[in-house]
Parts: sequence; C-alpha cells; structure tokens
Amino acid sequence: MTGSTPEISAEVAVLPRDVVDDARDRKPRRPRRNKYRATWEERPSVAGQTTKVVVLTLVVLAVLFPLWTVVVTSLSTTQESIEAGGLVVVPGELTLRAYTQILSGGVVTRAALVSVGITAVGTLISVVVSVLAAYGLSRPGSFAHRPILFVFLVTMFFGAGMIPTYLLVSSLNMIDTYWALILPGAVSAFNVLILRNFFMGIDNAILDAARMDGAGDWRILARIVLPMSKAVVAVVALFYGVGYWNAFFNAMLYINDNAKWPLQLVLRSYVLQGVTLPGSGTGQVDVGTGAVTGMPVKMAVMVLAVIPILVVYPFVQRHFTKGVIFGAVKG
Amino acid sequence: MRRSRQAVPQRSIPWTTKLRRDRSLLLMTLPAVVLLVVFAYVPMLGNVIAWQDYSPYQGFVASPFVGWDNFERVFNNPLFLDAVENTLAITLFQLVFYFPVPIFLALLLNSVVSPRVRTVIQSIVYLPHFFSWVLVVTIFQQIFGGAGLINQTLRNHGVDHAVTFMTNPDTFLVLITSQSIWKDAGWGIIIFLAALSTVPPEQYEAAVMDGANRWRRMWHVTLPALRPVIVLLLILRLGDALTVGFEQLILQRDAVGAQVSEVIDTYVYYQGVIYGDWSFAAAAGLVKGVVSLALVLGANKLAHVFGEAGVYQRS
Repeated sequence: MTGSTPEISAEVAVLPRDVVDDARDRKPRRPRRNKYRATWEERPSVAGQTTKVVVLTLVVLAVLFPLWTVVVTSLSTTQESIEAGGLVVVPGELTLRAYTQILSGGVVTRAALVSVGITAVGTLISVVVSVLAAYGLSRPGSFAHRPILFVFLVTMFFGAGMIPTYLLVSSLNMIDTYWALILPGAVSAFNVLILRNFFMGIDNAILDAARMDGAGDWRILARIVLPMSKAVVAVVALFYGVGYWNAFFNAMLYINDNAKWPLQLVLRSYVLQGVTLPGSGTGQVDVGTGAVTGMPVKMAVMVLAVIPILVVYPFVQRHFTKGVIFGAVKG
Repeated sequence: MRRSRQAVPQRSIPWTTKLRRDRSLLLMTLPAVVLLVVFAYVPMLGNVIAWQDYSPYQGFVASPFVGWDNFERVFNNPLFLDAVENTLAITLFQLVFYFPVPIFLALLLNSVVSPRVRTVIQSIVYLPHFFSWVLVVTIFQQIFGGAGLINQTLRNHGVDHAVTFMTNPDTFLVLITSQSIWKDAGWGIIIFLAALSTVPPEQYEAAVMDGANRWRRMWHVTLPALRPVIVLLLILRLGDALTVGFEQLILQRDAVGAQVSEVIDTYVYYQGVIYGDWSFAAAAGLVKGVVSLALVLGANKLAHVFGEAGVYQRS
C-alpha cells in the first residue's frame, strides 16, 4: 500500500516537516520490496512462488535425505538398525562403535590408508605437472606451443581404448602397483586447459615487469602467476583429488591383490555386494538376505568414503564457476 | 579466431633464438607431454593388435597379422550388436530424460533472487557429483533395494508387493537415468547458470519496455542466451554417445543381467580382460573410438553450419 488516501495526505501536509519524518521513520508505509529484485520486475504470483519453493525443497531433500539416513545409521547401534529394519531414519541412541570397529585395524583401515596415499601422491603429481604444462603453453608466440597444444587436444577427442592401455600397464609391470592407479590418468587435458586459459587471462604487463626485473619463467610462475591463481589451482586440485579418491574401475582393472585394495573396492565388495567383512568384528553378515547385521558398520564405511570430500568441499566449491567457465575450450 | 597482429613481430625471430628463449617453457611442458605420450599415444599404437592374433606370450612384435578378421568377427557378433543397441538405447533415454533436467533446474535456481539461498542450494546440489559411482549405487541399493528402506517401510505397513527397482530389467533405463540425475544434474546446472549470469540486465529492461511479461522474457531473452551452451553440450553428448557410464553399469551388471546392461565398454572389458580375447576386444574398442571421433567432428561441423561456435572454432 504505497498510495495514501487524499484525506491523510492533507493532514500530513499541515504537520511540520520533522514530525512527518519522525512518523515515517517509526512506521514505514512502503511495502517491503525485495532488495535484490530489479525495479521493473513484477512480484511472482503466489502459485508460482509456492511451486518454486516446493520443487527446490524437494530437490534439496532428495540430496540430503539419503546422506542423513546413512550418517544416522552409521551412528546407531546394531540393535537399533535391526529394529528399524536396516536404515535408521530417526536417530535414537547414538554411538561411535561402528567407527571404532572399522578403524581398529583390518581391511577398512588399510584400504582407507591406501586411498589416502594414492590421492595425496596422485593429486600432487597431477597438479604439479598440469600447472607446469599449462604455464608452459600459456605464453603467446612461444616456441612450438601450437603443435604441443594439439598433442593435448587430441587426447580429449580420441582415447586409445581400454585394452591397449591395459596391455601397456601390464607390460610395464605396473599390475598390482599403486603407480597403475596414478600414472595412466595423471594428466587430464581438460584440467590443463582450465589452468592455461586462466594463466592467459593474467595481465601481460605484470609478467613483463617481472621479466624486466630479471625474473625467469620459473620464478614468474612461482612468485606471480601461482599466487594469483590459487582459486583455480584449488578447483583443479579438487577435480584431480576426487578422481583419485573415487577411482574404482582402474583399481578393479589393475589391482588383483586384495591386500592392496583402495576404499572404493572395499565399499563395493563388502557393502554393495554384501561379502563378509573380515576382521571387522561384526560377526556373521548374511550374504543372502541383504546383511542386516552389520548395517551400522557398512554405513560407517560409506561415510568414511565421503568424509574427505565433505571436508575439502566447502573451501573449494565457491570457486567452481570460475574454474569450470575458464575450462570452456577455445580453439 | 584469427591470429592477432601482435604475433607478427615474433615471427621474424629465428626459431633457434626462440628455442633458446623458451627453453624453460618447453621444459615445463615436458613431464605432461611425456605422460601423455606414454599413456595416451603409445596405447593408440597398441591398437595394432586389432589386426593381429595377439597372444600375451608372443607380444606385439611376434603375434601374427590376420588382416580385418577381428573386425569381421566384431560386426558378425550378435552379443556385440546387442551391446551397441543397449548403448544407444541408454544414450537416447538419457538425452530425452536427463538432458533437460539441468536446464530446468538452472532456470528455476536463476529465478531465486536471494543470493544467499541460491548459494546454499547450489552447494547442496553440486555435492553428489563428487561421490563415486560405488557410493551412488550403494545408496540406491540401500533405499530401493530388496532389503532397502522403501521395501522395509512397505513390509512394515503390511504391503506385500516388493519394489524390485534395483533388479528389474524392464525398468533398468529408468533406474540408471535416475541415478545419473541424482548424481550429476545438480552439477550440470553450473554451466547454464554461468551463461545466464552473462545476460545483460538491460536486455530484460528493454524487453519490459516493449511490454514483455516474464514468460516472453524467458522465451526471447533467457533461452537465446542459453542456446550456444545447449548446442555445445549436445555436441559433447553426441561425441560420447557410445560411452555411457561405465562404472555405473559394471557395478549393476550382475544385478539386472547382461541382457539390458551390457554396453560396448563393458563388453570390451569382459571379452578382453576377463576372457582374454585381446585382439577381438581391441577391435571392438577401436570401432567405438573411431565412430565417437567421427560423431564429434560431424556434430561440430553441423554446429558451424547452424552458426554456433561448437566445441572448437575454425581458425
């Protein structure tokens, strides 16, 4: 209600100015406009608004509800999970017993350590190699940068295929070594291009000034370019890191020895396929009927498989848009 | 893009000088190039076994060449053709039912005016993209599986119909598409949101001046802004038409049976790595790679014909 009736405005007109202002301060008559909405934009209809809220709430719930039940079940007692018939939705008595069980040595602990190691070493190698390559290709007019760039681009459009890659890894004697999980996918042309496009966007004048002062390319990269591109490097590091952490097929292909299994393989066999988890102290898990007994333990393994992502995610996710948009391929 | 003028003076520098000047840049690219050559290009040459009767004991050098025999076997193999059919069915299904979801979500999210609410929703819907397929399939198993939450609830309420969503071959396409949507639709909106954020507000303002209501604005301003991105993603999808979530399918192949879940990649894996028919599997994989490449290049050409930028630009 912005428009006031004529009588009221007539009354207001005779009052001294400061009294009017005072009254206005105490009782704001203007309807509360949304401060983010452009002035020309009409207010959404109630029906439209409701639909929007309902749909978005459902979307958010669809993501969060499964995670909620998994976490709650992992924190529940076995007894409670049996009473609930598997997954626990409403938390009752909470306990960390499932976690102490899987982390007190045995298969899961070892697999988690393997995954952590592969992710740490792999991400380090990938990020270092990619940043170097991206900077090396980012200076306009440098020697042979077009043909080298082409070498990277080709790998985005044509893959050699699984069989020859497998035969190569096996003939390099890398079967059952952790290098088989790191080296074949260590460089992603896509990530190199994300970094390169960002580096190319850095103002050349800054780099020229550094060059005038006698800095070489190594020093320019370390002292100027890297500090300016922390966000994009973090996004790329997350992409690589998540790739290593989640890699399941490579491990299935190249790691036959179950003592060397990373967490994803353990997750598949003991949680998805319901094979008895040795050394977890959960007693017998019934393979045939879907393994109700060890449910909190299983869910604890799942939580373990997500925790590193959840820990790093909040720090990196606000930079996603920047990283992904710079990744848009340019010819 | 045309070469810019600033490249011209550098062209007059002799290449030996350039080589000396840029030696540290070249040294920097070296590790990545070596890794790519070893693990991407050498295996490309390894595809030579598709024309051989390869045996691991004899190696690439000593194995006898057999011409196009393996390719003939591939194309005459009913199981391979089934795998191709499944692959295309899954791709088509995902294209129709998955592809529009991120666009719709992005439009919806873009209409949320409060930046804080938007950021929170975005952070939540991006999240599943970073979960592994093992985890996603396990979550689905726990909720929709025979002993899962839904069946448990049904049993508790005395309903005897078990939901066989996880093992039913007839609904397999729905199953894997909903898994893809759960995992990646949220992440898929990122590029659309970015495209939407580049639309100048003046365009909307001008549209309002011309009397356009919100739907006309969406049709004449918002959607045209998304068109290049949609075309780009369709092309990339087309190039990937023969690649459908390998990990996702191999994890569920046993549960629903190879009849509906065998795709080209899983078929290659079983023929090669499991049954040891290396040459046959390599031939099948090579066919897939070449067809995919042709699809990307063809689709990109098509995009140029329609005046869109496509994946890469003509120089």
